[in-house]
Amino acid sequence: MALPDLAKKPQRFTGGHRACAGCGFPVTIKIILQAAENPVVVGCATGCMEVTSTIYPYTAWRCSFIHTAFENAAATMSGVEAAYRSLKRQGKIDKDIDFIAFGGDGGTYDIGLQALSGAMERGHKLVYVCYNNQGYMNTGIQRSSATPRGANTTTTPAGTHLPGKPQYPKDLTAIMAAHGIPYAAQASMSHWNDLYRKAQKAFAVDGPAFLNVLSTCRLGWATAPEDTVDVAEGAVQCNVWPLFEVENGKWKLTFKPKKPLPVADWMKQQGRFKHLFQSDNTELLESIQRQVDEDWQRLLELCGE
Amino acid sequence: MAVAVETQKTAALTGNEAAAQAMRQINPDVVAAYPITPQTEIVQLFSTFVSDGLVKTEFVAVESEHSAMSATVGAAAAGARAMTATSSQGLALMWEMLYIAAGMRVPVVMPMVNRALSSPINIHCDHSDSMGARDSGWLQIYSENAQEMYDNLIQAVRIAEHPDVLLPVMVTMDGFIISHGMENVELLPDRAVQDFVGEYHFPYPLLDVEHPKTLGPLALQDFYFEFKRQQAEAVHRAKNVILAVAEEYARISGRRYGFFEAYQMDDAEYAVVVLGSTAGTAKYVIDQLRQAGEKCGLVKIRVFRPFPGPELSELLSGLKALGILDRADTFSTQGGPLYLEVKAALYHALKRPKCINYIYGLGGRDIDPELIRQALMEIKDLGSEQADGVGPIVRYLGVRE
Repeated sequence: MALPDLAKKPQRFTGGHRACAGCGFPVTIKIILQAAENPVVVGCATGCMEVTSTIYPYTAWRCSFIHTAFENAAATMSGVEAAYRSLKRQGKIDKDIDFIAFGGDGGTYDIGLQALSGAMERGHKLVYVCYNNQGYMNTGIQRSSATPRGANTTTTPAGTHLPGKPQYPKDLTAIMAAHGIPYAAQASMSHWNDLYRKAQKAFAVDGPAFLNVLSTCRLGWATAPEDTVDVAEGAVQCNVWPLFEVENGKWKLTFKPKKPLPVADWMKQQGRFKHLFQSDNTELLESIQRQVDEDWQRLLELCGE
Repeated sequence: MAVAVETQKTAALTGNEAAAQAMRQINPDVVAAYPITPQTEIVQLFSTFVSDGLVKTEFVAVESEHSAMSATVGAAAAGARAMTATSSQGLALMWEMLYIAAGMRVPVVMPMVNRALSSPINIHCDHSDSMGARDSGWLQIYSENAQEMYDNLIQAVRIAEHPDVLLPVMVTMDGFIISHGMENVELLPDRAVQDFVGEYHFPYPLLDVEHPKTLGPLALQDFYFEFKRQQAEAVHRAKNVILAVAEEYARISGRRYGFFEAYQMDDAEYAVVVLGSTAGTAKYVIDQLRQAGEKCGLVKIRVFRPFPGPELSELLSGLKALGILDRADTFSTQGGPLYLEVKAALYHALKRPKCINYIYGLGGRDIDPELIRQALMEIKDLGSEQADGVGPIVRYLGVRE
């Protein structure tokens, strides 16, 4: 797919929504929606995406859209997809339709994990997309289990005793791959072609698919609006957010940085890590780098690199 | 239409079996459910109908009741007739989604088998589960026995889906007492039920992708209130629909239903008001007392939401004394939920009976004829001219204290 061709494809998510200037998710979801060849029904968890795109009586959605609650986008869409299968089997509907559930990392990694696991295990033909901005940004930048270690959030504020979030994020993409679903992948809004191709694959499989897409939150990460794509790119280039896919159990790296950047370089781009560079945090920064390197090595082995 | 009455079959069924048979005949497009005692049997039986190809239903064995209600809402919004079933803790876990189902105006129908709420954990009947959902925007219909459970479920589909209503309906029966007790149940022919419920038409189905709609938007200070006002109006309109559907159902079944059943009330001077299976026991006691010349009666509430306040007030205002039996407490010191509703309904009556509350049967504690007789005698004394005041307004029946 060439960029001019992508630009010509119809937009299912219009402008005029009320997301922040420089917000990552609209870029992410536009690319994914453009990869769907069939009409789509979108389900959405409560969060920034939902509250900025559906302020009654307006909507930014040119396709069927449903939001019910925070933790249940996967369950709600399980019901929509089951309705589709039932009505199709009965001959009451003949169209091919694609089903997508969008959730932020709070609605996916944390409160929505059970519903997501259930939907994937049951095998609904559903593409679940986590637009991962590494925190509860809609409620004002709280930590989630996707927030990186050391990040300053309003529930892990950098103080004199604690230098931001103490834990590393959990590896949700691997957890989803462990469900044995036909397709799970990790992507970034910065690598639009890789994301587009992965979304195409996700729609094509006969069963559930999961996409974990890094999407910058310029407020939560404390970055300039014009740097949104660059910061997401930085996460990929320093191996904090590797791009890979797991297709029918086979792990494959889809991008390999020529020379990985130090993680600290990426962290310095963002205000949420500022405190780590204002005093001596050498030990913490070294252990974060070590963890990223170990995770990367493990991923290389899984991918047979 | 009279043909159906003649071709009804009598079967010995438990309440759960009767509910499952009603669901088979309704033949919903989607059922999403999760096991919980004492409801489990309904979804187990229904699953065998799915496995044996007796229904067209897509069965979704979800991983929790929260997801059961979420998937049911999703399916109904997509354009499918969707059902689920639950009890007790399961209903409590659905709590968030109950309000969303009602607010989104999806006409979901749910058998709800009454069971006490933890803690302590208990699997037996009381009404604390459904009473906790009484302000969720769902319509609530209570059943005395397996026959009523069957009849109410079939009618609930028509009530929920009526264009004047579009609200979810829960149909309850008492856990174990009815869900696991076997009775003779008259079953309509499959065809008659199918004709009665008809085709499902949700006005804004998600699967109509050529006319995309946004469901479940954010509505703030400028619009939220109008949504809720319309929802309240739909509950008002449900009253006429409930009576019209009951009338139509009587024509195919010969069984007639209203908001409540008035038993021996024509010349009654004192009475009890009850919900659910206790009505059967209370009728037996009233028959005995009537033989001894007592002027006592019973009102069994069938429709708790919408609450038939004016109709009840008209029936009850001439009585001397009234006892309201609650199988749930509100822990407010003001009495049980049924008591509060009935008393509120009587407030504007010109002539108000003395009114007391009995809380009984929590956690499945047996309510036997002797306890009801004792309550009725107290109510009678309360109504006598010699009675001095009312005494305690909230009394606990059949408990050690």
